[in-house]
Amino acid sequence: MRTDRIVGAATPRKEGRDKIAGRARYIDDLTFPGMLYGATVRSRIPHGKIRQINFGPAIAWSEFVVVSAKDIPGKNYIALIENDQPCLADETVNHPEEAILLLAHPERRALPKAVAAVSIEYESLPGVFSIEESERKANIIWGADNTFKSFLIQKGDVDEVWAKADYIVEGEYFTGAQEQLYIETNGVIAAFDAERGITVWGSLQCPYYVHKAMMALCNLPEDKVRIVQTETGGAFGGKEEYPSMIAGHAALLAMKSGRPVKIIYDRAEDMAATTKRHPSRTRHRTAVSRDGKLLGGEIDFIIDGGAYATLSPVVLSRGTIHAGGPYYWPNVRIRSKAVATNAPPHGAFRGFGAPQSLFAMERHMDRIARTVGLSPLEIRRRNFLRPGQTTTTEQVVNEPIDLEKLLDRALLHAAYDTKRQRFAKENKCGGRKKGMGVAAFLHGAGFTGSGERYLSSVVGAEGRADGGVRVLVSSTEFGQGTNTVLCQIAAEALGLSYDDVTIAQPDTKQVPNSGPTVASRTAMVVGKLVASAALGLKQTLVGAGMLGEISSADEFRAACRKYVTAHGEFRSLARYEQPPGVFWDDQKYRGEAYSSFAWAVYVAEVTVDLATYGVSVNDFVALQEVGRVLNPVLARGQIIGGVAQGIGFALYEKVEWRDGRMQNSQMTNYIMPTSADLPPIRVYFEELGNKHGAFGAKGIGELPMDGPAPAIVNAIEDALGIPLNKVPLLPEDIFEAVTRCENAIDSLAGK
Amino acid sequence: MMTTDRATKRDISLTVNGELKTVRVYPMERLLDVLRHQLELTGTKEGCGEGECGACSVLMDGALIDSCLIPVAQAQGARVVTIEGVAENARFSMLRETFLEYGGAQCGICTPGMILAAIHLLERKVTPTFDEIREGLSGNLCRCTGYMQIFEAVAEAVKRRGRPS
Repeated sequence: MRTDRIVGAATPRKEGRDKIAGRARYIDDLTFPGMLYGATVRSRIPHGKIRQINFGPAIAWSEFVVVSAKDIPGKNYIALIENDQPCLADETVNHPEEAILLLAHPERRALPKAVAAVSIEYESLPGVFSIEESERKANIIWGADNTFKSFLIQKGDVDEVWAKADYIVEGEYFTGAQEQLYIETNGVIAAFDAERGITVWGSLQCPYYVHKAMMALCNLPEDKVRIVQTETGGAFGGKEEYPSMIAGHAALLAMKSGRPVKIIYDRAEDMAATTKRHPSRTRHRTAVSRDGKLLGGEIDFIIDGGAYATLSPVVLSRGTIHAGGPYYWPNVRIRSKAVATNAPPHGAFRGFGAPQSLFAMERHMDRIARTVGLSPLEIRRRNFLRPGQTTTTEQVVNEPIDLEKLLDRALLHAAYDTKRQRFAKENKCGGRKKGMGVAAFLHGAGFTGSGERYLSSVVGAEGRADGGVRVLVSSTEFGQGTNTVLCQIAAEALGLSYDDVTIAQPDTKQVPNSGPTVASRTAMVVGKLVASAALGLKQTLVGAGMLGEISSADEFRAACRKYVTAHGEFRSLARYEQPPGVFWDDQKYRGEAYSSFAWAVYVAEVTVDLATYGVSVNDFVALQEVGRVLNPVLARGQIIGGVAQGIGFALYEKVEWRDGRMQNSQMTNYIMPTSADLPPIRVYFEELGNKHGAFGAKGIGELPMDGPAPAIVNAIEDALGIPLNKVPLLPEDIFEAVTRCENAIDSLAGK
Repeated sequence: MMTTDRATKRDISLTVNGELKTVRVYPMERLLDVLRHQLELTGTKEGCGEGECGACSVLMDGALIDSCLIPVAQAQGARVVTIEGVAENARFSMLRETFLEYGGAQCGICTPGMILAAIHLLERKVTPTFDEIREGLSGNLCRCTGYMQIFEAVAEAVKRRGRPS
């Protein structure tokens, strides 16, 4: 069904007027009577035993509420996958930002001095601070072997291909940690009373994750925990799992004090203590034929999970499945693992493992091209996945995607050939070298494999007394457009106007569990359920004889009003059902990993200044196939914003580590792109549609994070002609790479 | 370094959104906190607390300032305009409409500061070029939009303002 009534139109953001007027209420804008402010005393060492806690004499401790692990009424863990992360360290600390004690006081300004006045004596234990140290296993800091999770994907027989290969190409690639850097830091308010239990209001992505974690931590039944999402000032994955931690801290203080407790992190605490993108290392060994065909390959993908498992198994899963890129591999073996280090746990961040493994794949394709003597374009053309072929998990590509056509269109928009010819001449003289780079990639939407079936999401639609409809979901708005797109879908499904549809504030007492707002699943998966739930209302009205099968918006509204007057509450629920014929083997990691993939080709143009080694991106073309574009303004905003974060990942954002602690936890020295750093980001869409998504939608939010880093580094290599294998690449990194290359040439020349 | 602990509170008078206000404050308290907590003007946001992000931007005597860097004592006698002071102002209705239409706000946390920066620019320059808009807003960080739709919103507001109504 293709309509352009509401779906496909640039309807204005539902909560936009409140945001523009400064009326939208974020967590730090709320104040409750008698509210205390909470703060966290954290470890100052990366690994060790807690020996003694001393409270300095200069503080009036009787004014403070103090909570330690001993005060936890339930389980001392943050319930997620492995339940291995304590809410408060009891005997051992495993990273240098681990929470040990909580303090609360009526005056926010009294807290920093009190936190500083707590001194903790430790018995230090040796730490593990890199993937390599963790692999060496000289110190075991988690489980039997420092490994949170490992996967193995095998397709064909890769051991047979080496003998047949004309070329064997090896490469090793690294990506760094990246901070989500939402402008609103993490924050919550918790309140407790014996009758209602615990209520948490907060800046968060997944109300039901927090709900589950509070039940375990506070030892409360389901109906005595209520989680309410307040307006959320950016998240990008950074508010997927961490809010359970800060909510747990506020909840413990609220339970002990009997008063509402607010905890808002300042920027330094947020950057240092909360999750970041997993650092990674990928090794490729690829057998290639003379004509540039991939015969087979081995891919080893490792991510640094930090001190606790948290979401690392799932991040690893997505990174593993995406490691082969949008190419046809007749034979492949992908081994991957997530390992432990004594750093704060790394976590969800837009892309969720895929930006790491795709960076390696797209750098490696350029390396293969150079080895074989083909252009970066030609090597890709010869290996692109085609309909009917299978991915590394042996999922058949059953949509009519034409990646060559996508590549051609992107190159045309970028004026690739003309510019490269011009740069070849211009780069011969002068201190500024220009280059062009391409990245082709895919991103699976929704939960992996059987994930959506396990989630079994439920969505509600509610007919209102005024004749309008309200969408009931736990899916959250944090800038990406959930409110707007889900209201568009409901309005379109029922033939109502956009203004007839509203959306409930996510509150676990009011809305069903439509699953977490992650994995680019909201428009596609939840959206489809919203359409079903909305149509359920109509069926009820038709069944009750109040509405004809074919009806106008006015007739629907009148019937809805009548129904609500007669019966009171008027709700319809829709539950996720897996499409028939989907096969996924969780043990062998084989089958349909995702019900659909989004596809993209990005082209970057860069200038490298040989005096400063600074890189500027001059132009950026982002072409993608994301199914049906539900709202062109929001979709374009998602792509531009994702590309901007990808440019930051490639060129600006570097976490400086020392013994597991972030040293540059300030916006002054951890640099995200400003308006002056970004090129025009030119966004284009192909729309193939998707039978599994609402009105043909696929996932869109994470895709644009995958392509910029490899496209940009490929462009820098094109400009300089030296091999580069990591991001971020700050001027000092490029200087180092150039110097190392010059030294290598000198030593070869016997100088 | 000055601490506020042993300091005593005193009265500071300033004009906020056209109204004269007297607040009892520690002189070194941040203007941001006084606006948000005492005057309950929570439209002004804190992003970094160190003058990098611009989420706390307000106009003080016509200048665009980071209210997280200004001790309230410095605002004695000043005229301060926050987002609440321009949210209903008909002169800026076009800018509000184009922000909505062009996707200038996503998560919205930088938006009040961004709107004030845009107003500050448009008050000084009737028809800024695209580069002048980029330059004028470069002190305000946005993690969601990649900025382009914000610039487009401002450029379109300039264009529409130029049209006879």
